[in-house]
Amino acid sequence: MSQQTIDFTLNGVPTRVSVPVQMSALEMIRNVAGLTGTKYGCGEGECGACTILLDGVSLNSCLLFAVECDGRQVTTVEGLADDPLGRRIEKAFVDAGAVQCGFCTPGMVVQARQLLERTPHPSREEIQRGIEGNLCRCTGYVKIIDAIEAASKE
Amino acid sequence: MTALDNYVAPTSLEQAVVQLQELGEVTILAGGTDLMPQSHAGRVKFKRTLMNIRRIPELRGIAREDDEIRIGALTTISEMMAHPLVREHLPLLVSAGDHFASDQIRNAGTVGGNICNASPAGDTLVPLMVLGAHVELASKPDDTLFRRSMPLPEFFVGPGKTRLAPAELLTAVRIPIPPKGFVARFHKFGTRPALDISAISIGVAGVLKDGKFTQVRVAFGAVAPTPVCGCATEEALEGRKLDAATIAAAAKAAQDEVHPISDVRASAWYRKEMIHNMTKRILEDVSANH
Repeated sequence: MSQQTIDFTLNGVPTRVSVPVQMSALEMIRNVAGLTGTKYGCGEGECGACTILLDGVSLNSCLLFAVECDGRQVTTVEGLADDPLGRRIEKAFVDAGAVQCGFCTPGMVVQARQLLERTPHPSREEIQRGIEGNLCRCTGYVKIIDAIEAASKE
Repeated sequence: MTALDNYVAPTSLEQAVVQLQELGEVTILAGGTDLMPQSHAGRVKFKRTLMNIRRIPELRGIAREDDEIRIGALTTISEMMAHPLVREHLPLLVSAGDHFASDQIRNAGTVGGNICNASPAGDTLVPLMVLGAHVELASKPDDTLFRRSMPLPEFFVGPGKTRLAPAELLTAVRIPIPPKGFVARFHKFGTRPALDISAISIGVAGVLKDGKFTQVRVAFGAVAPTPVCGCATEEALEGRKLDAATIAAAAKAAQDEVHPISDVRASAWYRKEMIHNMTKRILEDVSANH
């Protein structure tokens, strides 16, 4: 099996790893880099639990080949702890009670970060459209949408 | 399980087509949004070499060239939707993109990838067909770069099958800038708006002038092994006023000319009904709003 060495920035930290060519970025982030905040839900881009930012743009890391991270900036939910907008969203999720089982939360937070960067003051409908690639099976979404709306108003 | 043992990431088109010619057995990676799940599910087998074409600048960008808009194969659906030239001249692609999967997938999936996947339900294919798009292909069989192009409908052979030669790369799609009075609609019908593979889709385009509908193009998705032209429907519309009788005749022609299959997403009967009803609805909308 062909291994490939890649260099990229992971949450601001220069990182070098060697990965099999067909490995997904999600597997690399969790099992090689050891950051388990990014979740494996469906593995086919339906649920959004694995959402990360690649050069600031949100993607499903389960659909991304790890080798494509070479030379680029990867931000996971852990990286948002150092980011003012990310922190604001995280606090809003806590305050609104938008977390139940918590499995979708990292993906929701990262996608909300993408949404609020592009649309700082979204309508509720824009928030719904923005997170349509993220499934939550507990909350019914209302509190998640409340949280994102609250974060946009701070 | 896989014979994949080589990875290349060419940084120019020249380099890519030379490598394609030399390496022979190559799986091409663009956005990866289909390749990854399809390969995990065993529906696509990796060939010996995985070629990541994302580092090739010639495959990027959207530009106006004479009376055409050229959309580079690596343009993501999000980039396409946000581009001023597309928003100004090809708003149909913006509305079609809006129904494409989810934000995360629009940020990764590429126009060229959607075309090369050749899914009968590919969300950009029907809109591109009614816009009169051509695909631009490149290869290097000998010392010179060989380019050819063909109308999009000719490119599709069957589900996942195209006329792309083994050592050829799809470099761009070219779309003529629509004339004055041009109207276009795309309708995708599935069980939910986001992340759904359509049960059917319909594209209608043409020029509406003095009440008459001309230069009509109709295409259907998910009713045949490839996206298909609605030639009989076009004929029922061409040069006519969009009155109730014409619309009824066109909807009937549409229903009669599609031969869908029954599968997990819809039965053949239901698909034909939907083609009829949605064609009618689209034409009524065009008629009422212009």
